[in-house]
Amino acid sequence: MAEIQLNNIVKTYGKVRATDDISLTTKDREFMVLLGPSGCGKTTLLRAIAGLDQPDSGSVLIGGKDVTFEPPRKRNIAMVFQSYAVFPHLSVYDNIAFGLQMKHMAKDEIAKRVKSSAELLRIQDYLDRFPAQLSGGQRQRVAVARALAMPSEVLLMDEPLSNLDALLRLDMRAELKRLCHDVNATTVYVTHDQVEALSLGDRIAVMKNGKILQCDSPLVVYDNPADMFVGGFIGNPPMNFISGGRMEAAGYPAPKNGRLMAGIRAENIEPHTQAATGALESRVVVVEPLGSHNLITARVGDEIVKVSAHPDMRIDHDQTIWLKPEPRKIRWMDAETGKAI
Amino acid sequence: MAQNTNSSEASQTRKAAQRRAVITRGLVYLLAVVMACWILLPIWLIGSQAFTARSGFFNFPKMFFPTPYSPETMDFFINATGVIDSMGRSVIVAAITVAVSLFVGAPAGYALARFAFPGRDFFRVIIVSTRSFPIVILAIPLAVTFIKLDLYDSVFSLAMMHVALALPFTVLVTSSVFAGVPRDLEEAAETLGCSPVQAFIRIVLPLVLPGLAAATLFTFVLSWNEVFASTILTLRNRTLPALLISQLDMAPLYYRYAGGFFLLLPSLFFMLFIRKYLFTLWGRVSR
Repeated sequence: MAEIQLNNIVKTYGKVRATDDISLTTKDREFMVLLGPSGCGKTTLLRAIAGLDQPDSGSVLIGGKDVTFEPPRKRNIAMVFQSYAVFPHLSVYDNIAFGLQMKHMAKDEIAKRVKSSAELLRIQDYLDRFPAQLSGGQRQRVAVARALAMPSEVLLMDEPLSNLDALLRLDMRAELKRLCHDVNATTVYVTHDQVEALSLGDRIAVMKNGKILQCDSPLVVYDNPADMFVGGFIGNPPMNFISGGRMEAAGYPAPKNGRLMAGIRAENIEPHTQAATGALESRVVVVEPLGSHNLITARVGDEIVKVSAHPDMRIDHDQTIWLKPEPRKIRWMDAETGKAI
Repeated sequence: MAQNTNSSEASQTRKAAQRRAVITRGLVYLLAVVMACWILLPIWLIGSQAFTARSGFFNFPKMFFPTPYSPETMDFFINATGVIDSMGRSVIVAAITVAVSLFVGAPAGYALARFAFPGRDFFRVIIVSTRSFPIVILAIPLAVTFIKLDLYDSVFSLAMMHVALALPFTVLVTSSVFAGVPRDLEEAAETLGCSPVQAFIRIVLPLVLPGLAAATLFTFVLSWNEVFASTILTLRNRTLPALLISQLDMAPLYYRYAGGFFLLLPSLFFMLFIRKYLFTLWGRVSR
């Protein structure tokens, strides 16, 4: 059992509150993703769990034990760093074995664990090499293998894929998902890439300015964002926001009075070339063919709306089209607070 | 037709480009040869003259190897009174200097590299600025102070003087050496079960060893070659350079060449020995 419990974590750097009174519980064997733009406090939070930094106030519990003031080595964690932090003067084998040797494990047990974790990441042929002789992707694998070889129940990952090139990142993402499913560790994964978050996480904690805005499963976060920031941050293209008055005029009643915005995703808007009931008139600004669909940027009054259209549909620049939102997929937000209603 | 002229034009431009590349390369080599000669010619001259018999000393032009060869000048020099003793003192002074300056300087370098303590930049500037005081100006007050404190004319106090001269260099060099090891590596070691001290010993130390070795070498040579403080602060317990500078004035020319060559030797030897450490051992240290 290795539940990670964060209670009211506050950490300030100078005048900046990197984490502002954050409480978050990651269940045993759950894959939790901390997602947010740079400077939102996600790495600070991870380092507090790892014990590399101590919070100004608040407590960290791992497996029910208060470890707030324990150094990293007493927390039974394993961590993958953004820079990989593979030891350059040790061979791949010694890198993976390093943590096990520190734990004074028996030699044959170490050899067994190194072997199995190297096989898991398919680097068993490179065990004698030094990091300088490896490519970036291979070094990354060494870093993950080193963490997985540790007999720890908590796995921390700090943007492990961000230094890989696009193609490698896609591969490694799928592989990480497979691995983390296999090793059954409680995982906290920091990223600023919303696609990574959606594809990997059991739950996603979306952060901004040192606070958690929403923490839920990927589908809920995607479909029911808690506020306009989350809707705009997650998904590609980001959620569209259309002013409430315009929606009401088109026949979509607002749930309450006051200034509201209707959030709706690109794939939930149907483009029509002719006027239809419940459709908003708009002018096409850009058409981007993306193969599987065309991404259309259109202007409704002074608001920009992104819509995905079937590639066979003929839509041209400057054409007038009608956009019909799917009523069940409209998420109403308070324009003042940005919060979902 | 048109295509033909095009391709011949293309091959001509390619040839021109190749020619330029050859010329550039040639110039680089020429420059390298000039620089090598700048360093090597004096060394060769000193070495060759030191082993030339007195009869052939003023011969011109010189052969590459000393002709007629004779070790008698070197022999005479080494067996001259005080040379072996002062060389021993030089080694002792240099060894103490290296040990103390590394013992004091390396931790300071680590602190500068790793911790953002208040006044760090000021500290750095202060360290550099100590080098801007010419020792000539400090010499007389230093000698007076040393006499007052009864430290005058002792090997140990001269070593302390050399430590003072070497320390700024040691601090700055070791700080950049430590800065070359990413903090991530230490933190990774800590998450893998190391205490901070263990992380330093098992991860940082092996990685900075080449850099520290280079710093050691330079400190050694700095102390070995130092003349001024040694001349001022010692009288009977002279180090080799100080002895030579006071004696060579009155010595015949061939004796000076022998002395110069003898002084050169340890520097050359250390340079050759430590050369491989000057390049980092395991490829790039970071990443």
